[in-house]
Amino acid sequence: MTESITNVMPDTATEERAARSHLARRLLRNGAALFAFIVLGLIVLAAILAPLLTPQDPNFANIQSLLSAPSAEHPLGTDGAGRDVLARLLYGTRYSLAAALLGTAIAAILGVVGGLIAGYYGRWFASVSSWVISLIMALPGIVVLLAARAVLGPSLWMAMAVFGVLLAPAFFRLVYTAVVNVRGELFVDAARVSGVGDFSIIGRHILSVVRAPIIIQFAFVMGIAIAIQAGLDFLGLGDTSVPTWGNMLNDAFARMYKNPVLLVWPSVAIALTSVALALFANALRDELERSGRVRVRRRRVRGTAPAPAVVLPADVVVHPETTADSREKLLVVDSLVVGYDQPDGSLKQVVNGVSLTVRQGEVHGLIGESGSGKTQTAWSILRLLPEGGRIVGGSVVFGGTDLASLSDTEMRKVRGRRISYIPQEPMSNLDPSFTIGSQLVEPMRIALGISSADAKKRALELLARVGIPNPERTYAAYPHEVSGGMAQRVLIAGAVSCEPDLVIADEPTTALDVTVQAEILDLLRGLQKELGVSILIVTHNFGVVADLCDRVSVMRDGLIVETGPVRAIFADPQHPYTKSLFDAILEDGAARGHLEHAADRHAPAGGAAS
Amino acid sequence: MTEPLLVVEDLHVDYPVKGWRRKPFKALNGVSLDILPGECVGLVGESGSGKTTLGRAVLGLAPVTGGSIRFKGAEIGTLSRRERRRLSEEIQVVFQDPYSSLNPSLTIEQSLTEPLRVKKVSAADASRRVRTLLDQVGLPSNAAGRLPREFSGGQRQRIAIARALALSPQLIVCDEPVSALDLSTQARVLDLFKDIQEATGVAYLFVSHDLAVVRHLSHRVAVMYHGEIVEYGPGDKVTSDPEHPYTQRLLLAAPVPDPALQEQRRADRRRLLDAQNEMALQSGAL
Repeated sequence: MTESITNVMPDTATEERAARSHLARRLLRNGAALFAFIVLGLIVLAAILAPLLTPQDPNFANIQSLLSAPSAEHPLGTDGAGRDVLARLLYGTRYSLAAALLGTAIAAILGVVGGLIAGYYGRWFASVSSWVISLIMALPGIVVLLAARAVLGPSLWMAMAVFGVLLAPAFFRLVYTAVVNVRGELFVDAARVSGVGDFSIIGRHILSVVRAPIIIQFAFVMGIAIAIQAGLDFLGLGDTSVPTWGNMLNDAFARMYKNPVLLVWPSVAIALTSVALALFANALRDELERSGRVRVRRRRVRGTAPAPAVVLPADVVVHPETTADSREKLLVVDSLVVGYDQPDGSLKQVVNGVSLTVRQGEVHGLIGESGSGKTQTAWSILRLLPEGGRIVGGSVVFGGTDLASLSDTEMRKVRGRRISYIPQEPMSNLDPSFTIGSQLVEPMRIALGISSADAKKRALELLARVGIPNPERTYAAYPHEVSGGMAQRVLIAGAVSCEPDLVIADEPTTALDVTVQAEILDLLRGLQKELGVSILIVTHNFGVVADLCDRVSVMRDGLIVETGPVRAIFADPQHPYTKSLFDAILEDGAARGHLEHAADRHAPAGGAAS
Repeated sequence: MTEPLLVVEDLHVDYPVKGWRRKPFKALNGVSLDILPGECVGLVGESGSGKTTLGRAVLGLAPVTGGSIRFKGAEIGTLSRRERRRLSEEIQVVFQDPYSSLNPSLTIEQSLTEPLRVKKVSAADASRRVRTLLDQVGLPSNAAGRLPREFSGGQRQRIAIARALALSPQLIVCDEPVSALDLSTQARVLDLFKDIQEATGVAYLFVSHDLAVVRHLSHRVAVMYHGEIVEYGPGDKVTSDPEHPYTQRLLLAAPVPDPALQEQRRADRRRLLDAQNEMALQSGAL
């Protein structure tokens, strides 16, 4: 069933290779990335092939021809010292790139290694390195570079090495954060228990996660390094004997009024390289982020969409009512179909035609395993389906109106006031930045139109009613100050605060401990009796159904397979699926018993070896 | 009488709390427990009771601050990382979350051969072993080349069990291995645990919050509450007729999947809580 595997799955090795080449192909198709590739390629080629592209020596000063115009011998002319501009530009590419690469490589090595160690081992190394990194970041870079020049002399390589150290925090912080996140993953613990050494774990499980961000950061930092290196030389702080773009700028600046064209070449080279690196990094990041997300083609065509396929199960088992139920039908869901828009424009159906009735004052259980569509059904009654999901067929008639056809504004008036909701995760459904009191009072003021003072009085009463020991303190507290069980009580208080007719509870006790669950079930039962409200409770736990519900519907694959009074279904389940679920229940099973025999049968296997 | 495989004695685990001179959080407060070869000991408790910490301490993943953990007579509570690695052949783990316990970018074969490669098993032998393991946990051998995301939660848990079995350990710490699974999948995975134990004689420390799950699989059951073991004894006794007031509350809090019996249990629970409150009041008055 769910555990079976279809044999038509593609071979994974080829799939993975395909995914990787897919990324390369997508990058090439991305215009910005393609431009960046071409520019960077040309620049690197120019640097490598400099001696072949020009016969001139970049440092040979010919005082006979200062600032000469372009000629066959000097295609771009000569500079203020009579040196060939083209040769200086080409060789300058070499030195500028190499210097930037040196700085970036030092930053990357220091930052990545430090980040990996600090992130993986933590403890004192993490504290010390974080201090050092903060200190480096607090230092003004230019001042440090000036100081380094004063001490170490005007060396291009020294300056870039110092600069590399200054840029190390950019890598450290990135890697550290990523590693701290991965280190908590269970597969890292599992590898440790498997006896895998720390270096193998870092190389195999951790580095693979942080690889892509490092590449992106490398391109960004290299762009910065090129600009800073040029800036230092331009200010005359570099080594003037080395032909770099910055030195060319410096020289050209001094002759700006005589030959302004000299400024153009190094400026263009610096700009092109920096822009290409930034574009490459951006494109790579965009493509990596996009691969994780589904691109939904926006094609909202409700009218022309194909008619939803309502599967009408022939074998749905309906148990007869034990007594004639004269209570009014509050909610009637009829042939409900819910689907999600897929990236290729098709529709994935998750609810295939569900029909159910909830009467006034009834507790109806909707039970099923994960993926059965029980929560989707509940959400579509509330019209709170996540992005891309919508009701594609059927009706949800609540108190005489079809909720499926209401506008969003009209639906907002129903939600909270007449139908309320108790979620599965109490903590994530309370806003951490507001007090519990304000989150209870606001909806009441809007829905019931009462004053703040009245709303507060009512909120305190409700908190006391749901069993919160000290209502005033909880009223003033923030969500993180109360336990999960208390938070769920608060949400229950909120759900009944506007006197709704129907409460939809989505696995309200699943996230809670079993003793707290028992208390919450008691509370729900008490409130239901007291207020006469109807409850639709979504759950996967037969114990919860047995405890609370009057009627129950069993769901599978987006369909209800069996429905009826709780006692009838528990006493005599008819549908094979319901029967299989009952068979899987452990509660009434026998205990395993004593070990004695097993221990004798298996004398310690490894005992002889050790 | 067989010698115990694992003996935990008066174990303390403290976690430091952030902030200057704050008292550390006592996750385990003097816990003692023993496991025989081939035995399944269930460890049951609610969130924050320390049951997961005890499992992690046995695995060497939690800082032991006091007491001892002895495996086949040798102290393992305070080993260095290097010494600890040698124990991988003896003690293994199956975690709760089948989605984060497998590296998403490694194929099943790569994940399963990882422990074998550490032990310098040849590639061919490791590959053969992977087929045997997959067969043992009821997965087709063509699963080896696929990535974790192609499998359901129950299948991933089978893969995690296969990885734990790779080195034929004598003890597997199972940390809530079925609590993320659906009812019917849960029953099948529990049966797999049982079958494997009967076939290989491996011992389990089976951590769970669910008394029914623990009862199904465990020879003996320990109940944890606030970092201490409050009751330890035969599985049948502890899970049907417990002595400690907390275990009694725990047992009656779990709803029975039968409307009539549950009504009965609800009344029993109410009576028990009233009686325990009465006792607490009286002892407070003394």
